[in-house]
Amino acid sequence: MAVFGKTDQRSQKLFAYGRRFFRWLTTPHVFLSLIMLVIMFYMVIIPLYRMIMTTITVQDIDLRVIKDAEVGDLTPYHWVRMLFGQIAKIMTYEPLVHSLTISLGATALALTIGGLMAWLVVRTDIPGREVIHTLATIPYIMPSWTIAMAWTVMFKNRTSGGTPGILEFITGAPTPDWLAYGPIPIIVSSGLHYYTFFFLFVSAALLSIDSSLEEAGELAGAGRWVIMRKITFPLVLPAIASGFIMTFSKTMGTFGGPNVLGVPVRYYTLSTMLRSNTGIGNYGDAFVLAIVLIMFAMVTIMLNQKMVGTRKSYETIGGRGFMAQKTKLRNWKGFMIVLVIIFQFIIAVLPLVLLIWSTLMLRTGNYSPSNLTLAHWIGQSDLSINNGEPGVLLNPKIYKGAWNSIRLSLWTAFFTALLGVILGYSIVKGRGTRLSKIVEQLAFIPYVIPGIAFGAVYISMFTKPFGPIPPLYGTFALLVVVSVAKHIPYSARSGVSAMLQVGKELEEAAAIAGATPWQRFKRIIFPLTSTGFVSGFLMTFITTMRELSLIILLVTPSTQVLASMTMRYIENGNEQQANAVIIILIFLVLLGNFIISRFRGGSLKKGLGM
Amino acid sequence: MATPIIIRNLTKKFGNVVAVNNVSLTIEPGAFLTLLGPSGCGKTTLLRCISGLEDPDDGEIVIGEKLVYSRAKGISLPPGQRDLGLVFQNYALWPHMTVYKNITFALEIQKLSKEDMDKRVKESLAEVQMEGYEDRYPREMSGGQQQRIALARMLAYRPKVFLMDEPLSNLDARLRMDMRTELKRLHHISGATTVYVTHDQIEAMTMSTNIAIMKEGVIQQNDTPDKVYHYPANLFVADFIGNPKINLMEGWVSGPGSVDLGKFNVPVRTYNKTGDVVVGIRPEDITVSTTPIDHGVEFQAYSVLPSGADTTIIARKGETELTVKEIGVSKIQMDQKIWLTFNSDAINLYDKETGNLING
Repeated sequence: MAVFGKTDQRSQKLFAYGRRFFRWLTTPHVFLSLIMLVIMFYMVIIPLYRMIMTTITVQDIDLRVIKDAEVGDLTPYHWVRMLFGQIAKIMTYEPLVHSLTISLGATALALTIGGLMAWLVVRTDIPGREVIHTLATIPYIMPSWTIAMAWTVMFKNRTSGGTPGILEFITGAPTPDWLAYGPIPIIVSSGLHYYTFFFLFVSAALLSIDSSLEEAGELAGAGRWVIMRKITFPLVLPAIASGFIMTFSKTMGTFGGPNVLGVPVRYYTLSTMLRSNTGIGNYGDAFVLAIVLIMFAMVTIMLNQKMVGTRKSYETIGGRGFMAQKTKLRNWKGFMIVLVIIFQFIIAVLPLVLLIWSTLMLRTGNYSPSNLTLAHWIGQSDLSINNGEPGVLLNPKIYKGAWNSIRLSLWTAFFTALLGVILGYSIVKGRGTRLSKIVEQLAFIPYVIPGIAFGAVYISMFTKPFGPIPPLYGTFALLVVVSVAKHIPYSARSGVSAMLQVGKELEEAAAIAGATPWQRFKRIIFPLTSTGFVSGFLMTFITTMRELSLIILLVTPSTQVLASMTMRYIENGNEQQANAVIIILIFLVLLGNFIISRFRGGSLKKGLGM
Repeated sequence: MATPIIIRNLTKKFGNVVAVNNVSLTIEPGAFLTLLGPSGCGKTTLLRCISGLEDPDDGEIVIGEKLVYSRAKGISLPPGQRDLGLVFQNYALWPHMTVYKNITFALEIQKLSKEDMDKRVKESLAEVQMEGYEDRYPREMSGGQQQRIALARMLAYRPKVFLMDEPLSNLDARLRMDMRTELKRLHHISGATTVYVTHDQIEAMTMSTNIAIMKEGVIQQNDTPDKVYHYPANLFVADFIGNPKINLMEGWVSGPGSVDLGKFNVPVRTYNKTGDVVVGIRPEDITVSTTPIDHGVEFQAYSVLPSGADTTIIARKGETELTVKEIGVSKIQMDQKIWLTFNSDAINLYDKETGNLING
């Protein structure tokens, strides 16, 4: 009897345990977190693992070099070759130095310009603040290599066997090489593109500083410069740091600029070198480069995090009622505003003008009016122009590409926004639990992997069926998957900030009233976060539309998007076509921006999580 | 009709912090029980465990006939199935819904007909004197009005138990007074078992039938307001309740009926043990005389603080400082000599070691 009682007790205990476990599992945020973990595992961890495996195993292509080996055997061949072999200098170290030079240079330039402009707009009595702000977001809408393409129109010379640019045409003297191609043009063109991050981040931080913090410094007798150095600067440091991380990791993995301005003079970066290796199917070597790229991006970001540190990331949002005294520009007012507007004009408008002009020239390098034509836009097929391809507006390939771009952006935006809501919910509701922390950290990983390396990761994934997933290589779906995966950090971030705005009591009140989790989501959470949802959608749509580095390694002729087409045309020497395509791309982005922002007041700034 | 709540050995931890520590508590049907304590004492956590918004780590909760939580049996009903309503500190009105929609949200889930819903909305708005506000959005109302709507939202679906989490703390002083009156009235009429969380002892004293004072996750005393005030179960409760604060002085029992406080003795109800004690006496149980009287102990008026209805006098004798309360405006001047006498019936003795009340 006693024995029976004991087992009975034990089974009751087990039963209670089972019920508790089931309840834990069916808690909405736990359930969703687990689903997210599985998805992120598939999208991030497994591809990374596959990539690493590729670099340490024998590939098909290696069989002719490594004797008596079978595909799949472990081998240090790729690493030794790429890090210590004869080709290491050309293949790895030079591109690495170039990548670092460009990233640091571009980030420094962007920081200087963006920070100064943020200070001017927020902290001085400069007029026309709205105009400056609006113009500042334009580079964000344009593809990152727009300025690079415009640069070639302006400054190219005959070095790479091409035609002279505008400068050479005007001065009559050949444009010096350092100004035409190589590091300086790449740094300047990317820096000018990415200054927007710093401008938006720093101005948001400056705006949110509680002015009493500075007033306290003033009362303590500190001068303006001391206040700036000891109070203001440390307070905006976290914003600068996040701008730094974002810009650095983007420029590290950027492909467009270096491909347009570097490759013609054999100035290779890790990204362009990676591309030329995958181009010939040499994945083992290519992935070594990708891993080097990832390591460097990660280390830099960690160093940066460490320097700024969590202890120094303050909550700076205080009463916004009183603004600190604005520095008076006095007589400089007019000068500064003109300077800023001219600068922004050069960044935002001039490139477009140059690009459009170039598409109207029948032959490049000939700047006489008689050379102007609409042939590249609406001309019929003519074998003497563009290898016989018709003008872009009559070219079915362009329409296919445009449709692919739109399709890709819409799908990506949709899934990203959806993931954002789910991630935001799981992370915020689970705050303090280990599960929530894991989800949050896992969601951050794609952030530190540069775009082109992330694309490379996906080459090795899905070439064969994996688990329930069919082989995806060469399909359009793969482009969607990689784009969604790369956007996970952003979607998590905007999802979290949207969810944080919904006080937890609002959902709890509904739970008390007897609403099921789904009812709570549908009637309370979704309506209150939908602005965030729309902003996230808009933001992703725009970034995907003009994304190149991420997908350049994955597109095939049938899945070409506009962004990759510009590169193909450039590489084939069809400059006008490339420029026409980029104009179409920008037009589509603007159109999409306009349409989506009509809905529910979603905005780009909200999408950035500000 | 009213519903009792029984809590057995309830424990809730957050990491290493034990927010609610093995609490057992029986709430009588129709009681207005206030959980009172300093911030971080676990009162809100206990309330949230009752509501089902927080899953405890151990113990049992029974509401009426229903076992709503039991770790041993692996049961934890979701909040919606516990027949209770909760008023939040920040009201938690859904900002994207009108007052009408806010109130009918729960009714829609209960699948009431349109006519019934209209009727309930009318009734509940009348109960909180907010008729005609159906179409307002929360942000179009003042804090006090939002609070009333939050109350109406709870009343409309007629829960058996009312839970309130510091519902008045976001209101200004005047409104708070009004709402206290209304809440007490509401409880009087509905007779629903109510659990109320606050850190404001005036709220607790004025509205409750029972007060449970908490500290570090443990209930220190669960009694009527009268008992809690006059017979605090331990030094923590004695010190926490009452404004101005109770006078606590260390001393030892020198003989039956008298405690030696060093410089002077105070008479107490018969107490036949000896040893170290703490004497607790409320400021209003000390009488002031401006002339020497029998058994009067000489003090000096260190500070005199009149507030209209009464005057608080801080009296000093060497290191010893006592707070005394006199009705009306006192004529005592600062630094004046005064003679204090102690009402022995009102003095409580506490064991110095344990801090617990010694029952004479």
